[in-house]
Amino acid sequence: MTAEPGTTPRPGGASATSPEPGASLRARPGHVAVAIGVLGELMMTAGVIVLLFVGYELWITGIFTAQAQHRLEQQLAQQWSAPAPAGPPHPAGSPPSVDVVPLGSALAVIRAPRLGRHWHWVVDEGVAPDDLAKGPGHYPKTALPGGVGNFVLSGHRTTHGAPFYGVDSFKAGDAIVVETRDTWFVYRVTGESIVDPSDIGVTFPVPEHAGQQPTQRLITLTTCNPRYSASQRLIVHGVLATSEPKSQGIPPALQTGKA
Amino acid sequence: MYAWMWRRLPGPLPVRMLTALTVLAAIVLLLLFVVFPAVDPHLPFNNVNVSTKSG
Repeated sequence: MTAEPGTTPRPGGASATSPEPGASLRARPGHVAVAIGVLGELMMTAGVIVLLFVGYELWITGIFTAQAQHRLEQQLAQQWSAPAPAGPPHPAGSPPSVDVVPLGSALAVIRAPRLGRHWHWVVDEGVAPDDLAKGPGHYPKTALPGGVGNFVLSGHRTTHGAPFYGVDSFKAGDAIVVETRDTWFVYRVTGESIVDPSDIGVTFPVPEHAGQQPTQRLITLTTCNPRYSASQRLIVHGVLATSEPKSQGIPPALQTGKA
Repeated sequence: MYAWMWRRLPGPLPVRMLTALTVLAAIVLLLLFVVFPAVDPHLPFNNVNVSTKSG
């Protein structure tokens, strides 16, 4: 058996190789000691990665969400400054209807004085992880802002900017104001409940009554509960109190700073 | 393990440090922009919807 030039000849099949010259001069730790050392280093590395991940979840996702919100705001500004799409004229006495937007696009702006003067979020269409990473999302096929039925929003409680972090502090009567192209829709909180994650009844047009024809204009917020967990869902219920044309200025519910 | 990697790095000390920092930065960026975003949707506390699926 001839070795090619430039390669060291290896004894065929034999696994034993002579130790490198000089290796025996240094005291080498045993296999067990080496294994324990490597294991320790790997575990420390895992710990650092987990810490990095916690930091990512709590803060860095918020940075991405803030950037996404900024883009959605620009998108809304464009949509709302463009002339209203031609459609059937809305019946007198009822607020203008809101147009359906594609998944991931900006739909409306939500504000709630209870959660702070500067608490406002652009709601985008859809509740898939990508949609919720941008901000609160609107469950597709539920009512649109101000519509008859149930306008249902989902939002993160602890990560991705945590839009719904403080929704447990709502009291009955608090305002949730939804801004669309033409209208301020002022909802009033009627109550909160904690439900099982599989309780889709809260999203029905008439909550918990499948198939019934809605007459009320409701809003529902869903988020996880307790914070940093997913064992339950916290649900905020509200009903439309007033709808005011934006041409009349900022609604009283937002002016006073208190609902 | 890391000591072994360090010994394997070529060049004088400043070059080694630069190499190590570059590799470290690459790993952190990979984690932040690829690995963590991929893991994120599977975390329990990021499930905020009500649905018939368990997610």
